[in-house]
Amino acid sequence: MKTMLGKRAVSSLISLFVLIVMVFFLSRLTGDPAALYLPVDASEEMRQNFREIHGLNDPVIVQFGRYIGDLVQLDFGESLRKARPAIDVVLEAFVWTLWLALITMALVSVAAIVVGSIAAFNVGRPFDRVASVLSLIGASAPDFWIAIVGIVVFSVSYGLLPTSGTGTVWHWILPIAVLFIRPFGLILQIVRGSMINALGSPYVKTARAKGVKNRPVIFVHTLRNAMLPVITVIGDQAAALLNGAVVVETIFGFPGVGKLMIDSILQRDFNVILAAIMVTAIAIFLMNILIDIAYALLDPRIRT
Amino acid sequence: MTMTDTSDTVRAEEDPAKPVSGLRRVIAMLWADKLAFVAALFLLVIVLCAVFGPMFLQDMAAKTNLRARNAPPFELERGFFFILGGDALGRPLLARIIVAAQNTMMVAAGAVVASMIIGSALGLIAGYTGRWVGEAIMRLADVIMSFPSLLLAVIVLYMLSPSIANLVLVLAITRIPIYLRTTRAEVLEVRQRMFVQAAIVMGASNFRIVFKHILPVILPTLLTIATLDFAFVMLAESSLSFLGIGIQPPEITWGLMVSQGRQYLTSAWWLAFWPGLAIILTTMSLNLLSSWMRIALNPTQRWRLEIGAKKNG
Amino acid sequence: MADHLLEVRDLSVRFHTAQGIVNAVNGISWHLDRGETLAILGESGSGKSVSASAIMNLIDMPPGEITSGQILFDGVDLLKKSEEDRRRLNGKRISMIFQDPLGHLNPVYPVGWQIAETAMAHGKPKDEAYARALALMERVGIPDPKASMDKYPHQFSGGQRQRLMIAMALVLKPDILIADEPTTALDVTVQAEVLSLLEELQEETGMGLLLITHDLGVVAEAADRAVVMEGGHIVESGTPRELYHHAQHPYTRKLLAAAPGKGEMRDPASDEQPILRVQNLQKSYGSFAALKGVNFDLHAGETLAIVGESGSGKSTIARLMLHLEPASGGKVLWKGEEILSKTPREMGPLRRQLQMVFQDPTQSLNPHMTVFQIISEAWVIHPDILPKSQWKDRVAELLEQVGLKPEHALRNPHQFSGGQRQRIAIARALALEPDLIICDEAVSALDVSIQAQVIALLGELRDRLGIAFIFIAHDLPVVRDFADHVLVMQRGQVVEHGTVRQIFEAPRQGYTQRLLAAGLDSDPDVQAERRSQRLALAATQA
Repeated sequence: MKTMLGKRAVSSLISLFVLIVMVFFLSRLTGDPAALYLPVDASEEMRQNFREIHGLNDPVIVQFGRYIGDLVQLDFGESLRKARPAIDVVLEAFVWTLWLALITMALVSVAAIVVGSIAAFNVGRPFDRVASVLSLIGASAPDFWIAIVGIVVFSVSYGLLPTSGTGTVWHWILPIAVLFIRPFGLILQIVRGSMINALGSPYVKTARAKGVKNRPVIFVHTLRNAMLPVITVIGDQAAALLNGAVVVETIFGFPGVGKLMIDSILQRDFNVILAAIMVTAIAIFLMNILIDIAYALLDPRIRT
Repeated sequence: MTMTDTSDTVRAEEDPAKPVSGLRRVIAMLWADKLAFVAALFLLVIVLCAVFGPMFLQDMAAKTNLRARNAPPFELERGFFFILGGDALGRPLLARIIVAAQNTMMVAAGAVVASMIIGSALGLIAGYTGRWVGEAIMRLADVIMSFPSLLLAVIVLYMLSPSIANLVLVLAITRIPIYLRTTRAEVLEVRQRMFVQAAIVMGASNFRIVFKHILPVILPTLLTIATLDFAFVMLAESSLSFLGIGIQPPEITWGLMVSQGRQYLTSAWWLAFWPGLAIILTTMSLNLLSSWMRIALNPTQRWRLEIGAKKNG
Repeated sequence: MADHLLEVRDLSVRFHTAQGIVNAVNGISWHLDRGETLAILGESGSGKSVSASAIMNLIDMPPGEITSGQILFDGVDLLKKSEEDRRRLNGKRISMIFQDPLGHLNPVYPVGWQIAETAMAHGKPKDEAYARALALMERVGIPDPKASMDKYPHQFSGGQRQRLMIAMALVLKPDILIADEPTTALDVTVQAEVLSLLEELQEETGMGLLLITHDLGVVAEAADRAVVMEGGHIVESGTPRELYHHAQHPYTRKLLAAAPGKGEMRDPASDEQPILRVQNLQKSYGSFAALKGVNFDLHAGETLAIVGESGSGKSTIARLMLHLEPASGGKVLWKGEEILSKTPREMGPLRRQLQMVFQDPTQSLNPHMTVFQIISEAWVIHPDILPKSQWKDRVAELLEQVGLKPEHALRNPHQFSGGQRQRIAIARALALEPDLIICDEAVSALDVSIQAQVIALLGELRDRLGIAFIFIAHDLPVVRDFADHVLVMQRGQVVEHGTVRQIFEAPRQGYTQRLLAAGLDSDPDVQAERRSQRLALAATQA
């Protein structure tokens, strides 16, 4: 278990480094910040001055070295757009995304496990069929389309829910509902399959032969085994949300890290882009470790 | 330890396999799963639209008609192609959806085919050759996986111009790890199987083992994933076009149409609704077809569909 | 009429499957009394386990359906009882153990808890349940029972897992224990231990034991009475001795005739140069030595059996010889030429002389190829054997040679039964016209009657074509009628090497003696003798 975590940490560090290199150079290729931040009629002198202050005149490789040096000291530089430390800007946005992801995944996991299990007990019956069709539609739906249809129905036609911002509980309902749909469909399918598998397994037969009651057969013997593949999928889906639900955050004007990344790219705010990637990458790394730990807690075969 | 078959003779009594033409067999197996049949039919229509649509309807889809601006759906007085209504410039929505099918399908197909070929080739190499090459390839996949795919797309599309070719390139790169990982895992498993060992014992070359024994076994899995992935890539392309960094007007895709219709949501919902429905129906059909393929391409499962086919017809 | 503890009357069960209705058992009747052992003997598909599943209420309905009959336990029909009443009987008064203990133990819970659960499910307090679990683990012979309580199933050996299953079934001292192929996956010596454990426990508790098995030896060893099942019907019943000596039904006779180890032993008479010499062959995985220097010779047309229990390294020898794994040391001389050090390219042309038939024909045939493609692949790889124009005729000829029909060539492997698939695998090996065929447990996955047919086929091929065989097996009787020489292996080493007559009639080493004594004979009288030998051996060697 420890060696596994160690290996994971090393390979994540390597991935992270390659990621930083790629993002740094790719983002420098997308255009000159000076052209974007200064008024169109700014003099060449002003541009030169701007580049000088932000170190944009040095060769790219020197800029990169300087960046890495700062990074090691946990200094991500300033946000060009907001004139504040990039890391502050990112963390602020990340907290919003984190909450959004946490709430959504908690709801998705509970709902998918409950509905998927019930479907598995009733294979072929109406409940199972309805659940299968729902999960299919859910897994096929484009989130931006669901979002705007949701806005039309709930905000425009009936005026029930606000369309953007984060002010009240009501603001959260539509984004969460939209983010909920796809992972729900995907995880539901996995839960159902895994549960059917576990219910037909030899150890369930043994439990029945021992005279164990129905409820513990399901909740003690079956569920824990069936959760093993499910956990991995939940992890993947949570990672996707932590990366920032770009589309949903944009449509609902939600100040999360996905929207921040898009805005920063559009405005060449390199330090923020890189800080955002670092923060989300670390968050995903930590979450993967949590998944590994959960897996090991559930399955003793991993532990030894 | 004992075999599960009923007896040594029962199956031998069946008449020897009749050579049935491949296509008829596929159709019979599709017919056995009605949902998959409908899905395949729908996809066929979409493919036909994508191939022939622009040829016949290009002009109609581009012709503006101020009197038909935001024309409501289900009215036939302006002609059949206005049945789904008109857009903000009075162009018939149905014609535009049919024409947009081409770009939408081309981007998705291009990305899926490219990522599948590159990914599975790398996966075969990673699975069949030495540890070091395999490890290096896997780390590369990790890096791509840890990169937010939409972000990669945004950066590359800003760096290059948002053309169809670049869109395909970006989407293909982000999907490579899926095929790479699956192929590698399958190769590692299949190469341990006894029929592969039997081929080695017979003296088969590496080339023969990879292409005759390993690839046919993992191809169904890859095709099933590709079908599912086609849906995923379509959604990704739609998202990018929706965000305004995918296909640029005057080219059209379904995602772009949803995006363009967004500002008229309150007054003309149908502008964004129909192309969105086209996306959802297509991805749903792909999902259905993919789960059908999972059974149909597996020789030990296929009988389920063949039995069904006999019963039904 | 309530004079029997358990009585099954006129039971019929059928299953609704995609291929139509399958009648699993048709109107079968049997009974079991306290302290008695009844064996249900049958091959796969005979329906031998169905009545047990019906007793335990383990048949899923649908697709299963009980169409007629009664199951009387203490004179009351179980089929008329409520689900809850039947649950109360399961584990408390009737218990069951299964063939594959690893699959049947829950992988994610400690075994101590799983054993105690039987007691807790029937209302015993936790302390008492755990105390009983501990006592039983000790009784069934789990080493260090206290510490083992907290271990998980994957941390035990196959034999120990079956002991754990037995402990789990006996926590509440049931009146009846149903054992469904309890020893099939175990090594012979472990099988003997588990069977005697069951017998001891039966004496202690006076329970009735229902033993479901495909093995005539198990019946001879353990049963008081037996019923023989075929195709869902009981074809014959009686004591093992009656069945063995006075079998009436042709199926029972066929089964008895198929039991291995009855024929004439062969006497090798070859003094030519050996075609194969294996010298000091070694293999280690890290620090674990799987093969510690094995030596043997093989002459043309001769058969060498390599016998040993799991983990003895017997299959490793074959894998090393055929370059499926690199050897760690030693030499293999094939017709005087060292082959271990050859490159894959140099090995290529030699491969056709050395062929292999694998254990599980389901997995050794590529499911995506037709039988024709499978057999003719040999000539694709080695085009010098046969011109393409003759492939079709030769495939037909080979199929007939192994007892199949030429028209089978166009089918896929999954359309055949296990025995037929193994015939296809043999035809594939023959297509290369080899001088040596290595059979790695080639018959151990097959039913007894089919096993006999396949061995007969191999013997015929050997006599007709003069092919040498290395026959790897865990089961001594199987090799008795077939081999010329026997190599007995244990923990990577050769324990004993001799002619088949010498090994079977005058084994010198203790391990060989134990192995022979642990093997079960289908003749109850021979088996009784063997059992006393085994006990004597255990006494002297302990």
